[in-house]
Formats: sequence, structure tokens, C-alpha cells
Amino acid sequence: MKLSNVFSRRNRILLRELVITDFKLRYQGSVLGYAWSLLKPLFLFAIMYVVFGVLIKLGSIEHYAVYLLFGIVLWTFFSEATNQGMMSIVGRGDLIRKISFPKYIIVLSTTISALINLTLNLIIVAILMIFNGVDIHASIGMLPVYIVEIYLFALGLAFFLATLNVKYRDTSHIWEIIMQAAFYATPIIYPLSLVIEKSTLAAQVLLLNPVAQAIQDARYSLITHETITPGSLSNDTLLIVVPFIIVAIVFVGGILYFKKNSKYFAESV
Amino acid sequence: MNTENDIAIAVNNIEKSFKLPLEQSSGIKQVVVNALTRKSGYEVQQVLNDVSFEIKKGEFFGIVGRNGSGKSTLLKLIASIYTPDKGEIVVNGSLTPFIELGVGFNPELTGRENIFMNGALLGFNHKEMEAMYEEIVDFAELHRFMDQKLKNYSSGMQVRLAFSIAIRAKTDILVLDEVLAVGDAAFQQKCYDVFAELKKAGTTIVLVTHDMGAVLRFCDRAVLIEAGKVVNAGKPTDIADAYLNLNFKQKKKVKKDELSAVDVETYSIDNKVSHLFDPGDDIILEIDYKNKEKTKTHIGVQIFNDEGVYCFGTNTSVDGLKPFSGEKIKVTMNLKADLAPGNYSFTVAIMNENATTSLIYKPKAVLFRVSKTVRVEGVALLDYTWKSN
Repeated sequence: MKLSNVFSRRNRILLRELVITDFKLRYQGSVLGYAWSLLKPLFLFAIMYVVFGVLIKLGSIEHYAVYLLFGIVLWTFFSEATNQGMMSIVGRGDLIRKISFPKYIIVLSTTISALINLTLNLIIVAILMIFNGVDIHASIGMLPVYIVEIYLFALGLAFFLATLNVKYRDTSHIWEIIMQAAFYATPIIYPLSLVIEKSTLAAQVLLLNPVAQAIQDARYSLITHETITPGSLSNDTLLIVVPFIIVAIVFVGGILYFKKNSKYFAESV
Repeated sequence: MNTENDIAIAVNNIEKSFKLPLEQSSGIKQVVVNALTRKSGYEVQQVLNDVSFEIKKGEFFGIVGRNGSGKSTLLKLIASIYTPDKGEIVVNGSLTPFIELGVGFNPELTGRENIFMNGALLGFNHKEMEAMYEEIVDFAELHRFMDQKLKNYSSGMQVRLAFSIAIRAKTDILVLDEVLAVGDAAFQQKCYDVFAELKKAGTTIVLVTHDMGAVLRFCDRAVLIEAGKVVNAGKPTDIADAYLNLNFKQKKKVKKDELSAVDVETYSIDNKVSHLFDPGDDIILEIDYKNKEKTKTHIGVQIFNDEGVYCFGTNTSVDGLKPFSGEKIKVTMNLKADLAPGNYSFTVAIMNENATTSLIYKPKAVLFRVSKTVRVEGVALLDYTWKSN
């Protein structure tokens, strides 16, 4: 996988066509079509907001509604990219068995689809921000960094999971359970302050998870500086750096593992 | 490794085996169970064993073999879909494989959308595909259907579309697998014309097939693969002959003690087993069968060509012979191969006393070929002369 080849002409064409096809097929035959990619996180948000914002009143933080929606949108992106990336190689088995082309394009195309969905969802976040009167800070400039961080983390995991899923179809079930647990282990619906009340250490541990750290940092940069981030929790640079190291390891490791096994996909998929 | 300029594909000592799982499940449970019981959990099947050959540039090359001989695996190795265990395959130039009909075709997309998707797999961008869109649709003759979903196409229509796109690929080497098996006669003729065109343009074409007709008609050279090894490589006529012999041997394995144990073989005039005749040669057809009940039987013989055309037929009752009623019957028939060049088969029937019903019917009991020493076409080789004023 030479870097010059990764985006060679042929591969670019293929990537583009796969992303377009993916998008066309996703809501094939449904009346609302693409609107579903906006409606689904919106409904999830509505449910979460009614349960945790109105009934249980977890939202002690300012702009809780936007704060919650933004968290859900980022989590949905991570979940979509890893899930669809994981299923992508097995799902495209027909193609892999019949023509030779770089397999990573398949994984890449599904994560790019997730990225497009994220962009659409961020528009809804922006609209809600206006309604909620959220002030824009200079820190918004850091937002792309955290989105890229989540993306690279998801991509690395997608490469790893896609390979594993070819060998063991149990992978998707295990990952589903892990994601369930991770959803609650990530401060998406509850403010991190609730955890700190019990134990600061627990909060620090939760923030070692790159997704948790990236969501908190993204919220800090976009919505409210009340958001607790690794930086605001402690001055220990190690705690700030660890999530990024994890992302780097997962990204490189995922690619290497994928590359090592991808030449046998055609026979085992 | 051969680095000569005129070699398009060099296959050097290729070996390939597959791990076939013994249990259906490929899950973690099986891994644990296998680890505990110290079973390997799979069986290794050697598909290709030390296969080597070279394909020259501009050559129309055939890869021939029976089902399960490993020819399709070989093709996938050439198309670098599989990775060989040992050996290497050197490809000089761009290669477009056409392993199956419509790679990447999605039934939920329209014909039009599928053209662009398939084109992308072949390396064409949207603009380039738009430029050749009309040409593709023209060739496939599918104008009315382009905005229909592919799932509403007949299989023949899908093949036509797939083939039309594939032949547009600007490529040095085209690799085809059993493409001609589908599609009606008119479309097949179009495909043949395209092959001729491509060949003229200097494209190297590799065709994997078990259709000897196609091999004889197009190929400059061919290899015969059997049980993962190259049995024979050379002229198409030799390969076709070797292939026919191979098929014949297989047929002999039928159990002899069955009631239907009819042995059929063809001999040349000098009493040697032969399946290749020149036009007008004598064919000696020998039919052996057992008849424990000693009932009265007649024998029927038919000749079909490989397109299924019924060329000739007769039986011993029509020809005024007395019924055969021995316990062991051996009958020979001597006939002239007044047939146009092509592949034919004898179908033999053991019939009842009045020759009204077949007791035993052996379609394609023995295959034979009439060689291309004359250039007439059709089925019958009639005696003819020309005259002019």
C-alpha cells in the first residue's frame, strides 16, 4: 500500500463510485429517502432529551439540548463508521471474488459515507445552536482536529474489525455489545461533572477513551466552555496525550493487520 | 523469470491449495473446540500443482479443463484475485478480468447506474463512461431498459450489458471465463466478431472454457488442465483431442454390471481407438452390451453436433437386420464421416423387438471430431463439383 497508490486515478474513481452507490442504496425504496439519515439521530436526540433532560434532569450544563445533540451526532458517526466498515468486506464479497482491486477502498468508502452523514447532521446541530443562542468562541477552530481524531480512530478500528469479521463472523455481535457498553462509558447523555462528584479518577479514566475525550473537547470548542475536558481536569500532559497515542496505535495497527490479511480475502470471504 | 518483450503472461511453477473447513461453522466456538480436541479444523485441498506456461503478446490463448480441474482457480490467480502459495505470475501490460457476468452489478440499481459502477471497476471515470455510454447500450441492444432496475432484467440481458462494458475496457490483456455460455445465438455471433476485432487490434485474450468449438475457432494455442496439472499445451486441435480422450476415459468408469452397461467406442479403419477423423474417413462404431434375459433387441444410432443439431439417425430394424438376442452382443457399424468439420457425438439406444421404444438410451455415448482439413461449413459434407460456362 504505497501512499502514491492509495489515491491513484483508478482508485479515486472507484472510491467515488462506491460512495455514491452506497448512498443511493442506503435508503432505496423508502419514502423519505435521505431524510432518514437526519431523522434517525434527531429522534434519538428527542428520546434522550425527554428522558434525561426533562424527566431525570441531568442537564445541569448550559445549552444542554445542543450539548446532548452534538454528543449523539458524534457518537452516531463513530458507531456508523466502525459498524459499516466492519461489515464492508464481507458485504462486498461478490466484488472481491471476481475482480482484483485494493480492498481498503471498500472500507474507506463506507467510512466516507459516514463522514457525509456527519456533515448533514452537523447542519442540524448548527440550526439548534442558533435557536439556543449559543455563542461562537474562537475555540471553534479546534473542532476539525477532534473530528479528524474520531475519524482516524474509527477508520483504524474499521480496518481491524473488517479483517477480523472475515475470519470470525462473531465479531459483529461482540462489537455490538462493546458499543452498547461504550455508549454509557462515554459521557454523552450525562455531564462528566456527575462522575467527578463521585471520583475524579474515574472521570480521568473515562477520558482516556479517545472518543470520550474527542467529544468533550469538541463540545468545549463548539458549545460551552463549561464542558469538562482532559485539559480542564488536570494539568498532567500524559492524560492529555494518551488518547492521541491510542488513536495513532489503533490507526497504524489496524492498517497493518488489514494489509497483512487482505490478499486472502478473496478465498475466505 | 522471463523478461522477453513478447511475453504477455508468464506463469511460473504455480501452486495453490485451499483450506476447506471440515465443519460448517467458522465461529469462535469452533476455534475453541478445535483447540481443545487438537483438530486442525480444515482439510487442505491442492488445487494447482506446479503449473507453468507462457502466453505471448497478441495471442488468443485457451485454458481448457473439465469441471473441478482447477482452470478457474488458475484464471483467478492470473487476474491476481487469489495469491499463489508458491511460484509467480508475471503480467506485462494492463489486464482486465471478466470472471463472471457483471462484476459489481447491483440488482437494486438501474442499468444506467450499473454501467457507471462497472466502468469504475474497470478504471473509467464518469466522463469517460458517458462518452462510451451510447456505444455500450447500442451493442447490448438494451435502449428501452436502461432506467429499469437490474433485478428486472433477464439473465441474458444482464450478460449482454456486462459483456458490452467489458469489451470497452482499453486493455492489453483480456481474461474471459465461460462468457459465451449465455446469450442467444445472435449475440454470440456479435461476441465472436468482437473477438476477431480485438485480436486484430493486438489484444492478448485468455479464454477459459470447456467449449471445444470456441477453442478450435479462436485460439492460437491452449493448455489442458486436469487435476491441477498441465496435461498438454500446444495447438488447439491437439488440445481438443486430448480433452475428448479425457472425457471418454471418465465415461468408462461407469459400473459394468448394471443393466445399462453399454460400451461404445469409435475406431479408425486400422482398428485403433480414435476420436479424430478427417472428413470422409471411415468410422467404425463398436457397441457392446449384455443381455441376460436374451430378449430380442435392436440398436439405434444417432449423431448430434455440439450445438445439439440432429445430423443423422438410423436403427437396425429400419435397415432390415434381425433382432439381436444373444447374452453378449457386439455390433460394429461402419460409416463414412461425411460431415463438415466440427464436434459430434454418437447417441446409442438399445431398443425393443419392434424398435418402437428405447430400453437403454445413452446420449453422447462417445464424442468425436471431424478435423478442419476442408473448409466447408454447416453439418453435411456433400459430394459436389463446380461448373462454369
